[in-house]
Amino acid sequence: MNKELILQVKDVSKSFGGVKAVNNVSFDLYRGEIMGIIGPNGSGKTTLNNLITGFIKKDSGKVYFKDKDISRWPGYKIADAGLARTFQLLRPYPTLPAFKNLIPPLYSPRARRTSRGKLGDRSAVSIDILEEVGFERDARVPYKLAGALPLGYLKRLELCRCLALKPELIICDEVFSGLSMSEIASMVPLMERLQRDGITLIMVEHRLRELFKIANKVLVLNFGEKIAEGSPQEIFNDEKVKQAYFGGGETYVFS
Amino acid sequence: MMQELRKERLDRGVKVRADSIYAISSLKEIMFLMGPGLILVFGLLVLPAVVSPYWQRVLCIAGVYVLLSISFGFLANYVGLVCLGGALFVGVGGYLSGILNAYFGLSPVLAIPLATVAGAFVCTLLFLPCLPLRGVYFAIISFVYPLLAGRLIAATGVFGGTDGIAELDVLTNRWVNIYLIFILILVVVFGISRLVNYEDIGLVFRGVKDNEQAITASGLSITIYKAQAVFIGAALGCFGGAYLSHLYGWAGMSLFAIDFSILPVAATVVGGSGILYGPLLGAFLLVPISEALRAFGTLRIVFYAIVLVFFVVFWTEGVLEYVRRKYEQFEHWVRV
Ligand SMILES: Nc1ncnc2c1ncn2[C@@H]1O[C@H](COP(=O)(O)OP(=O)(O)O)[C@@H](O)[C@H]1O
Ligand SMILES: [Mg+2]
Repeated sequence: MNKELILQVKDVSKSFGGVKAVNNVSFDLYRGEIMGIIGPNGSGKTTLNNLITGFIKKDSGKVYFKDKDISRWPGYKIADAGLARTFQLLRPYPTLPAFKNLIPPLYSPRARRTSRGKLGDRSAVSIDILEEVGFERDARVPYKLAGALPLGYLKRLELCRCLALKPELIICDEVFSGLSMSEIASMVPLMERLQRDGITLIMVEHRLRELFKIANKVLVLNFGEKIAEGSPQEIFNDEKVKQAYFGGGETYVFS
Repeated sequence: MMQELRKERLDRGVKVRADSIYAISSLKEIMFLMGPGLILVFGLLVLPAVVSPYWQRVLCIAGVYVLLSISFGFLANYVGLVCLGGALFVGVGGYLSGILNAYFGLSPVLAIPLATVAGAFVCTLLFLPCLPLRGVYFAIISFVYPLLAGRLIAATGVFGGTDGIAELDVLTNRWVNIYLIFILILVVVFGISRLVNYEDIGLVFRGVKDNEQAITASGLSITIYKAQAVFIGAALGCFGGAYLSHLYGWAGMSLFAIDFSILPVAATVVGGSGILYGPLLGAFLLVPISEALRAFGTLRIVFYAIVLVFFVVFWTEGVLEYVRRKYEQFEHWVRV
């Protein structure tokens, strides 16, 4: 199979004060893959996401997206290029109905480009996107105020903001955390469908069982450093990972 | 037979808003929704016709402050920019129109619109470097620009220096003067409220204010949308300045006076910041009151300070918020 490199992260670092939040992390990602990033709390996963997507400045290191050096691009330009992200701390517009939350991304230059001017009515497009990820149109869920939606819908709404941009790569920051088993069970097929649709995914996760089922490869962070990278099976058997991650007294469902 | 009475409170606003698109069901509801707008239109069209020529002129100047207050309210409440650049807008618009008229011989009919657009462009360019600054930093910079401009003109003596540019063509017909600005106010109020409430770009503006990161993640540049909003706000002020210079027939340094920056803030405090009409009402209250108090000389300032403190401390919602609340929830007695 001919694999196309979509994202290349090279020696990226960031310190806050004395704390090295992300320390010389590198990895390659190929188009169509699902990559998992795991690590204990505070190991730098969210910071890495922010560094790649241009939301905070890197101390050093480079990021290439589709062979373009995006290391110094501002956040909006990276999103515009097709690298979308979700926020671990969700960022809905609470006073707007759910479907209005997608108006800004649908208004963006990228959405206009990708629809080749055939976007039509943004509200209608928005409701279609919401329904695709599980907002029941018949129950009028898309019309409810975002601030009144339960967590499961808010996580999907984060994802929808990305999908509205017709992205090529999405970095999801803990979209499963805080959800019930059955909610996660309904999200997993959604992620698999996105992969089938040709979207590359990076999933920052705590829920290892679900992640290991769908990920093609997994990267493990600990204290800002990459301590392992490999297939879910390799990571599962890695001694260093077991030490740093599972030996730390944290309880994770792994099987 | 005994009858018990109970006080019932109806919140029409909530009802109408909850029904959203389906609200247009009865004449009563339509009248409820359109009432405030109709009162505004009627008020602004009738008021100039029933006052003396002296008060007409006061209202013309009040109109400029109204535009500035709408500009301030729009930028502060809908885009999150606290902009004290009213004096800059008026100054730039006024001087540009004066220059076009006096040095290039353009009639005010051309000079005013040209100065409005070109002035807004200049002001937006001036603000471009500080658009990433938030809150109080932006406010300070926007406040300093007009002071700077005034000093610069005085020191270098350009554009007539401290004397200003005199003998501009004057707008002579008092009916044209007053209705020009009053009708413009109506157009602006309805235009901006449509923009922020119904247009997609209005949602982007509000996102820039409340949810900067989500906007960035949506592939939209915060700076570009702030610049667009500043252009709109500046255009209102620049028109005001251009209009004033042809009302007086003179463009001078007093166009950069800080009153133009400060009164919009006071008007927003007095009128209420919840909706667009708040600053408008505030300006229409404050300017004529200030005029009526002219006899008291500098004591005017004391009175002003008292009014402001009163509103800030005791009546934070502002006049219009209060009226709206009463309008939307009317209480009446019902039989139980
Ligand atoms: N804005 C910030 N300022 C200071 N320290 C930060 C900031 N963001 C993250 N950190 C620190 O960087 C480390 C990594 O945090 P984070 O990336 O959020 O970890 P994770 O997402 O893996 O839980 C933590 O020690 C955290 O306290
Ligand atoms: Mg995190």
